Amino acid sequence: MPEAMPEAQCVQIYLNGMPRQVARGTSVAAALLLHAVPCRESVKGTPRAALCGMGICFECRAVINGVAHRRTCQINCLDEMRVETQR
Amino acid sequence: MSAANDITHADVLVVGAGPAGLAAATAAARHGCDVHVLDDNLAPGGQIWRASSVAANTQSTQPMSSREKAIAALHASGATLHCATRVFAAPANNVVDVLEQDEHGLRYTYRTLIVATGARELMLPFPGWTLPGVLGAGGLQALVRAGYSVAGKRVAVVGTGPLLIAVAAHLQEAGARVVLLAEQAGLRTMLPLAASMLLRFTKLRQGLHYAARLRGTPVRMGWWPVEAIADRGVLAGVRITNGSETRTIDCDLVATGFHLVPNSELAELLGCALAATPVGRRVLVDTYQRTTRADVFCVGEPTGIAGLDAALLQGEIAGLTAAGQPSTHLHARAAAERAFGKMLDRTFRLRKALRTLAAEDTILCRCEDASFAQVKACAGWTEAKLQTRCGMGPCQGRICGPATRVVFGWEPASVRPPLVPVPLHALISSTSHHEENL
Repeated sequence: MPEAMPEAQCVQIYLNGMPRQVARGTSVAAALLLHAVPCRESVKGTPRAALCGMGICFECRAVINGVAHRRTCQINCLDEMRVETQR
Repeated sequence: MSAANDITHADVLVVGAGPAGLAAATAAARHGCDVHVLDDNLAPGGQIWRASSVAANTQSTQPMSSREKAIAALHASGATLHCATRVFAAPANNVVDVLEQDEHGLRYTYRTLIVATGARELMLPFPGWTLPGVLGAGGLQALVRAGYSVAGKRVAVVGTGPLLIAVAAHLQEAGARVVLLAEQAGLRTMLPLAASMLLRFTKLRQGLHYAARLRGTPVRMGWWPVEAIADRGVLAGVRITNGSETRTIDCDLVATGFHLVPNSELAELLGCALAATPVGRRVLVDTYQRTTRADVFCVGEPTGIAGLDAALLQGEIAGLTAAGQPSTHLHARAAAERAFGKMLDRTFRLRKALRTLAAEDTILCRCEDASFAQVKACAGWTEAKLQTRCGMGPCQGRICGPATRVVFGWEPASVRPPLVPVPLHALISSTSHHEENL
């Protein structure tokens, strides 16, 4: 897991403001699942997470660096990226 | 960036860099065509050849090597690959508008277009299917390749289709405990497929590889999911049935999928003729992979689900034909693979019980939270869209559309541009193209 990883292989991101380290190359959707953070809240307010994993279903959309509706399964984590559950 | 500068012309434009698209692009480029390939994903390979994006992940090497060979061949052929790009409109003949990185609008013109847009999983609504941790089977596999660790997790794999076995084997390799593999098709239904695999060396070898990986995994044929169960909001298990008895299996993740739906939307937007299937539509092609639209070919799963070998052959046939080369030497093998696909359709035909899994309050349209009860009250897809917003969310009915086709027998609605949600500025730049350049 991330603790044991050399720094060059890690990126630091923020999930709902909490600093988290993930392996370089991890998609944002995978990072959210790893840390049990929902991608979004549905129209009726229930938590949702990734479903199709291939950019089609939009269940994994979240706010990345202030931009809403990003498909997190199609985007890899970058250093200092800020990801928020979309409400 | 000035919008008018972003027009690229391709002799052959290939949409989709999975096995079919890669084969098509490589064949056409080898014979002198200027080929551009567009793909939504961050790396080529499509779903079946999706590579691990995390260095530390261990992968089975056999499917990767065919992927690497195909990508090396593409680059050697001189074709140009553009990842993170999606076609969203076809404003005129031989013109498509493309969204790059979810942000920039680009325009491509082409002599020949090859649609290689692959397939998605059929997801069927059952109580609890919207809980975090209930994922598409292929979806979970993709997320593991994108860095999600399933080590030590108990995973139930439920649904139908050959993908379930491949996913279960992959998850086991990645350290998961596959506590259940439930295939809705009964054992007897599977026998013709098993017999035909004995005669096909590559498929037999793959089947044996998976069987070895899955030794010790509880496999139930003729069982299907009826409910994903939560404990204080967290997924805790899945209830399954064979029609006469019901069991509950504790698990941390449910990987579910009910075989595949052709991604036929782009071909439909281009005006190609389609045929209805039990779960959606497939694109009609001749033996050269030509659609009913001049200048448009279609290859791989959008023409009917038939798997990797069919995709590779169809891609090569289309690429050769687009380059004016003969392809008849491949037609017999392509026909045999097509027949294999039809056998898959028969084997994994959905049992009727799967149409009635949803409870009244089960969400049917995940984008808009339209419930089964709300949608059921409508006469068809159009009324459901108007009355409940079913299918009006960002997936544009790609998940709930096939589900309503299975559950209610509804005809899918016709597609309209934009094919995917597009930021306003990208649409505006596309419109300015239209005025300046057409």
